[in-house]
Amino acid sequence: MEIERIHPLPNPESQPYWDGLKERRLMLQQCGECGTIRHYPRPVCDHCFSMEVEWVEASRRGTVHSWSESHHPFHPSFKADLPTMFVTVDLEEKVRLVGVLRDPEATLRVGLPVEIRFEDSPDGAFSMPVLVADRSAGG
Amino acid sequence: MANGLFEKGAITGIGETAYTRGSGKSDIALQMEASLKAIADAGLKPTDIDGVIPYAAGAAVAEDFITNFKLPDVRFSATTPLGGASCVAAIQAAVSAVAAGLANHVLIPIGRNGYSGARIGSRVQQMPQFRIVGEYEMPLGTLAPAQLYAHMARRHMELYGTKSEHFGKIATTVRAHAAMNDNALRQEPMTLEDHQASRMIADPLRLFDCSLESDGGAAVIVSASERAKDMVSKPAFIMGVGEGHPDSPSTITQRDDMTTLGTAKAAPRAFEMAGVTHKDIDVAEIYDCFTYIVLCQLEDLGFCAKGEGGDFVASTNFKFDGDLPLNTHGGLLSQAHIVGMNHVVELVKQLRGTAGATQVKDAEIGLVTGYGDMGDGTVAIMRA
Repeated sequence: MEIERIHPLPNPESQPYWDGLKERRLMLQQCGECGTIRHYPRPVCDHCFSMEVEWVEASRRGTVHSWSESHHPFHPSFKADLPTMFVTVDLEEKVRLVGVLRDPEATLRVGLPVEIRFEDSPDGAFSMPVLVADRSAGG
Repeated sequence: MANGLFEKGAITGIGETAYTRGSGKSDIALQMEASLKAIADAGLKPTDIDGVIPYAAGAAVAEDFITNFKLPDVRFSATTPLGGASCVAAIQAAVSAVAAGLANHVLIPIGRNGYSGARIGSRVQQMPQFRIVGEYEMPLGTLAPAQLYAHMARRHMELYGTKSEHFGKIATTVRAHAAMNDNALRQEPMTLEDHQASRMIADPLRLFDCSLESDGGAAVIVSASERAKDMVSKPAFIMGVGEGHPDSPSTITQRDDMTTLGTAKAAPRAFEMAGVTHKDIDVAEIYDCFTYIVLCQLEDLGFCAKGEGGDFVASTNFKFDGDLPLNTHGGLLSQAHIVGMNHVVELVKQLRGTAGATQVKDAEIGLVTGYGDMGDGTVAIMRA
């Protein structure tokens, strides 16, 4: 029996983010009024409460904020990937992102420079952020 | 406002089912069984209940209690959807209702088949409060509370030098209490070495840092204080309550400080309302879905400063006869995961002096917390 994977369910506010990942671009919401960047995508700017939205392409550069390596298969579709290192990243744009580490040589520490890359889900249904140490920045 | 709900309500009845792995009963039957025990403990008839706060994430609604108990006139019902913080949030709502004269006796039931029914890993994706992590984090493979909360624990360890052995001290102390409780699922001894050797679930959280999956029900009755004085069981008067939601409540990832929970907002309100200090707390029943969450709450409750939780845990005796008796029933870690209602029931037993082998000597004032849904925190302080 084929194991059903967990898919994102985009809504009109978040669709550009998922479309961007497919195109290998990390797109973030920016307030159309005050210019504040926010993530995860949502309808209202919590700085000025405007609902005007623009999308900007992010630098894909950031630093490690925290991490966790998963060993237990909480869902059968991820069992083959274990152990999996999930990293919370502080992006240069001052929002955070979670991605899977694809860099077995990296030694994680808070502040380690990283670069966001992209990977298709195993069933090809969507693309997701992954990351490697940014050795050009000392990572 | 500071003492708005001070002693306006009391817990007058408590009830628990057996805690098992395989109840053979429906979620609703477990809630009814626990509720009938709580109503009998209070010396009430089912038909005296005029307020119901069903568990927001559970199977039963207020109408189920009206139907089963033929309640003639339920005048107050609400839900408090804060995950593991729901039970103590429901106490705040119930005291508000009895203080306002909306109801006299509010039933707060919980019951579920957390082991034999839908288990934790599969359940989370279906919860609407996890919609945001459901879209952005779960499709990557990080979907269970242990995985999501591990980022908080790792950050705390990196910033403050907190160690797995600190988590282990909490796990072993709580296990020692479970070993003295006949209605606890895990009664075999656990050493620090056992804790350190338990398999990794989501680093840094090991198996013995995680709470149990279990079946069972528990319920309490909150009554108006003026009525409580004449009832059959010794009331536990509610001195202070508080509810707090962290910044970025729906996703830990985007939280400015992921080492601070909503508890940090709730606790000062509860202590101010109660008019007591930390030194007055004789016993603490602290929500323990994971050992780290206990350590973090000890900081956010104000027992020690942020970042000092590791040292505080290392230097404090949490046994029932120690400095700060903690989870004297065995907690979610070793008694059963009854969403923290077992913590509320245990605190009331401690204040009545009926807690059995782990009874804290002369327990007069105690504290119970709830925690859930990525960081919501609730606190109640009660007295005998």
